[in-house]
Amino acid sequence: MKKALGVDIGSRFIKAVLLEGGEFSVFRSLDTSFDPLERCKRLLEEMSAETVIATGYGRHLLEVHTDIRTITEIKAFARGARAMFPSCRTIIDIGGQDTKVISLNDEGIVKKFEMNDRCAAGTGKFVEIMAKALGYSLEDFGHVSPEGQAELQINSMCTVFAESEVISLITKGVGREEIALALHRSVANRVVSMVRRVALEEDVVFAGGCAKNNLLRSLLESGTGKTIKVAENPEITGALGAALYALEK
Amino acid sequence: MSGKDYTKMWEGLGLNLENHAGLLGALSKAYTDIYLAQKNRPKAMEYFDFVISEVHGLRIEEIVNAKESGRKVVGTFCVYVPEEIVLAADGVCIGLCAGAEVGSDEAEKFIPRNTCALIKAFMGFKLSRLCPYVESADLIVGETTCDGKKKAYESFNDITGKVYVMEIPHMKNAEDRKLWLSEVKRFKDKMEALSGKKISLEGLKKTAAVVNAKRKALQRLSKLRAADPAPISGLDALLVNQVSFYDDPQRFTEMTNKLCDELQERVSNGTGVAVKGAPRILISGSPMAIPNWKLHAIIEGSGAVAVGEESCIGERNHRDLLDENFSNVHEAMEKLASRYLGIDCACFTPNTERLDNIKALTKSLHADGVIHYSLQFCTPYMMEAYKAEKAVTEVPFMRIETDYSMEDFGQLKVRVEAFIEMLK
Repeated sequence: MKKALGVDIGSRFIKAVLLEGGEFSVFRSLDTSFDPLERCKRLLEEMSAETVIATGYGRHLLEVHTDIRTITEIKAFARGARAMFPSCRTIIDIGGQDTKVISLNDEGIVKKFEMNDRCAAGTGKFVEIMAKALGYSLEDFGHVSPEGQAELQINSMCTVFAESEVISLITKGVGREEIALALHRSVANRVVSMVRRVALEEDVVFAGGCAKNNLLRSLLESGTGKTIKVAENPEITGALGAALYALEK
Repeated sequence: MSGKDYTKMWEGLGLNLENHAGLLGALSKAYTDIYLAQKNRPKAMEYFDFVISEVHGLRIEEIVNAKESGRKVVGTFCVYVPEEIVLAADGVCIGLCAGAEVGSDEAEKFIPRNTCALIKAFMGFKLSRLCPYVESADLIVGETTCDGKKKAYESFNDITGKVYVMEIPHMKNAEDRKLWLSEVKRFKDKMEALSGKKISLEGLKKTAAVVNAKRKALQRLSKLRAADPAPISGLDALLVNQVSFYDDPQRFTEMTNKLCDELQERVSNGTGVAVKGAPRILISGSPMAIPNWKLHAIIEGSGAVAVGEESCIGERNHRDLLDENFSNVHEAMEKLASRYLGIDCACFTPNTERLDNIKALTKSLHADGVIHYSLQFCTPYMMEAYKAEKAVTEVPFMRIETDYSMEDFGQLKVRVEAFIEMLK
């Protein structure tokens, strides 16, 4: 049985999906750390796949050091999301250092995409830093209730400025639930306008690790007015897409 | 970069020698990594490699010698400045340094941080005393294209005392044409006063032929890039276009034609720099001054070929020839005014010609996709990007806003690679 591996080297985590004979076999997730190459090499040894495709921000690391082919995360997410939701037309991914919206045609081919450029505004890293500032674990951060004062707004999208805004709200005595909600709303608003610029066609799939955040999902639903689909383990999307391409090699 | 020691000359021009050595070192390294590492380069590119290795050396020496023989050196930033007039007054016309992130700290004492990289760079190069071209210039010709440049020239004149500004209208109606014609004439008078030489009909005839010959050579290069496989990389073709602003025009024309002869042979043999069928990208938008090779390097490092630049350093500079059919100086001024006002810069409103030109180029160069490149804070091009996106319906289109820094290199690479994946 052919073993095909997809490795998604993100800025925060390295995700790997192994397919055996076309069937899902193993999923592994590791911290990217300061030495992602070493981690990838270990992963490759463990999985001993015949074909491998790398994607994600660190994809060229493997291309330079081995002869492993690479694809972009845009292409990988398109394939992965489509495998999980065959009628998917719009993909939202809030990644560690960039947020992407990808629009597919009805055959699943990438038609258009948009990414935030050059800063952490509205990315997964923003969410992570804000959770920390408010003393939440990442898991709990997304369980804040969506019912709160609608008027509280975080005005700054810059991670550094938003953090000082959060601190000033804390010192004013505003409850952390309210602040957490406002932060999520600011990320969701930004993503919703990106979705509207690219295309808003159903099915809309929220992929990547941030999709585990229920609050973000429900805010994206109310912002777009569409039902947003989330897979059971959305963080595997990119690695799965890469593995599916590896299977064809 | 070169064998000869130019320290004395640079010292004489008042350059900051220590930082200048650092700049040349960085330029040499970037050139080696980006240019010399390319495969299947045309042999005739050796001349352009040499020009770059001597960009602050031999060429400056020529300019300094020209000055000593009584010729005036005119520095420009824009394709609206009529080169024929400079040459007809026996002047030397050169583009000034504006393509690298240099001296931003110094520049920000005069202009805001949110200014486009090109403006920041020309201020920075001057203030940090790193551009031998601006130091050798007798006159710096500015123009009222965008607001950023217009206001920056005021400060630039405070610093250099050598700035002369041409007023470019922003529409192309009869009254605008009148204004522009009078500006072209005013520039002729200025050049005569500066050089102490009368601009004659014979002089204009001669220089019109020189500049048109240069344009024709560049047009020839542009057309050869339509072949698949592309006979020359976008990086190399961009370099030739960049060098056209610095080099002696007649020598440049001769060497570019020589390059085109070689490319013609490649096209006949069906050989090129990339495999046949490699994705072909047209770049459209803001100018890429030397050594701004960032976007081309990303595109061609990702397996595609840049086949054209719908840009001031590119098509906008050479697309239209000057009508040489004039029989007195006044007629020549009219022909010049009309030729230069035909340029489709985004500072004009409306500017529908540009959209037509993008569409036509996409077709004639057989581009599989268009990447619109705007320098950040270059409002006219940033705005027109949206119109261009709507106009280009046949092939995929992507908008990019960036500057000279490398901080967004990773993100740009993802976007460009994903765009290329869409074209396959």
